[in-house]
Amino acid sequence: MSMAGSQTAADVLAADGPQSRDLFEKFEPLIQERDRLLGTGVRDPFAIVMDEVKSPTEAVIQGKDTILLGTYNYMGMTFDPDVIQAGVDALKEFGSGTTGSRVLNGTYVGHKDVEAALCEFYGMGHAMVFSTGYQANLGIVSTLAGKGDYVILDADSHASIYDGCFLGNADIVRFRHNNVEDLEKRLGRLPPEAGKLVVLEGVYSMLGDIAPLDKMVTVAKKFGAMVLVDEAHSMGFFGEHGRGVAEAQGVLDQVDFVIGTFSKSVGTVGGFCVSNHPKTEFLRLVCRPYTFTASLPPSVVATAATSIRKLMHAGNKRAHLWENSKRLHKGLRDLGFRLATEEPESAILAVLLDDQEQAVRMWQALLEEGLYVNMARPPATPAGIYLLRCSLCAEHSAEQVEQILGMFESAGKATGAIG
Amino acid sequence: MTDRTATFEKVKGLIEPFNEKGVDLKEETTFVGDLEWDSLTVMDFVASVEDEFDIIITMNQQAEIETVGQLVDAVGELQQ
Repeated sequence: MSMAGSQTAADVLAADGPQSRDLFEKFEPLIQERDRLLGTGVRDPFAIVMDEVKSPTEAVIQGKDTILLGTYNYMGMTFDPDVIQAGVDALKEFGSGTTGSRVLNGTYVGHKDVEAALCEFYGMGHAMVFSTGYQANLGIVSTLAGKGDYVILDADSHASIYDGCFLGNADIVRFRHNNVEDLEKRLGRLPPEAGKLVVLEGVYSMLGDIAPLDKMVTVAKKFGAMVLVDEAHSMGFFGEHGRGVAEAQGVLDQVDFVIGTFSKSVGTVGGFCVSNHPKTEFLRLVCRPYTFTASLPPSVVATAATSIRKLMHAGNKRAHLWENSKRLHKGLRDLGFRLATEEPESAILAVLLDDQEQAVRMWQALLEEGLYVNMARPPATPAGIYLLRCSLCAEHSAEQVEQILGMFESAGKATGAIG
Repeated sequence: MTDRTATFEKVKGLIEPFNEKGVDLKEETTFVGDLEWDSLTVMDFVASVEDEFDIIITMNQQAEIETVGQLVDAVGELQQ
């Protein structure tokens, strides 16, 4: 047997080539932290595989029936028969993919139809559909705010908003999370004539807290700023028509751009920007994350359009989702868990734990009970917090919520997270 | 006391609540290396500096500031 097979490319370079720094070196502290954690024998929280998905709330993980409490499937649309039928029809009629950009060969009738559905849903004049929600923020933030302009964003903004800032050329100003006074002070210090884009989110996804958009949008407008609100985690669930937190708080008419996603309540994948601004359509030609990527497959836009139109009339589902969120919040508190918000503010409930080790042990104990939640750690979470993020679905039955509470009780006692 | 010395003293005072390791603060002390601050601590600290001096230090400017001395210089320029 030749030994050559075990020689790596790095060995060859080390022997013969120039000595340059290992590009992976910067990850070494993280690699070691991860190795230490996995060395204790816990399962890797970031490597879960679902072998079967039985419904919006149930899957099979390593042969075990598992209740899903860590998806973004808030409205449970993924197995809706009308949604699935629309996807099947489009797949047969238009094929598996577009193989092209929205501005070249990648706009089919279905892409225009889902944009029309979004205009109906939000009652707005223009909609632009991106291939993911990440790209929608990346594209709109980086394109709207250019050199000499300012982006003013909440410190706890999603990675896609930060990355949109880094892709663009604007000056970036942060304010303390959800702090209206902090926002106002910073706006007041900026040059009055400079272009300003204030970027807010309806629901912040890690702690499940909502923004005081009514106050923040008013402040932003006082300084003549344009306002972008990311309603990724609130679409379908907040407001009379499910348009999000801005609708629920009565300020949607003052929001210039709403960013959203199809990968949460809508139940598929894709991102969008809706606006009443008369020049919105022009963005299609100058927004690089829109232009230089392939458009969504026909089946995806067909499922999205059907789901969005159904979400317009989903008042009962919304009510049930609120009931689930309230019951789980109260139940977890009664068991002795610490939650990130005093009251349930959204369909996301974050259970705070002492440290990474406790969080992972608790996460694994729940999985062994048959419950999947998200484990989240910094830098995704704010202020060094380790948490288990639970997100409810309108399709969770009241019985499932009680079952979930039972699992939390035994896992919490087994790991010492509760007394 | 010159303006710069006064600013330096004020900045030192603002660093103290975040100086968990009790590092001796000099011109060349670095925020990430010596003070071992993560991005969240930097955010909190920058906000307190901005409010103390009534200025804005954009994230773009923050990326260029590595030491206490550089921050003191930046504050001086931004106040003009």
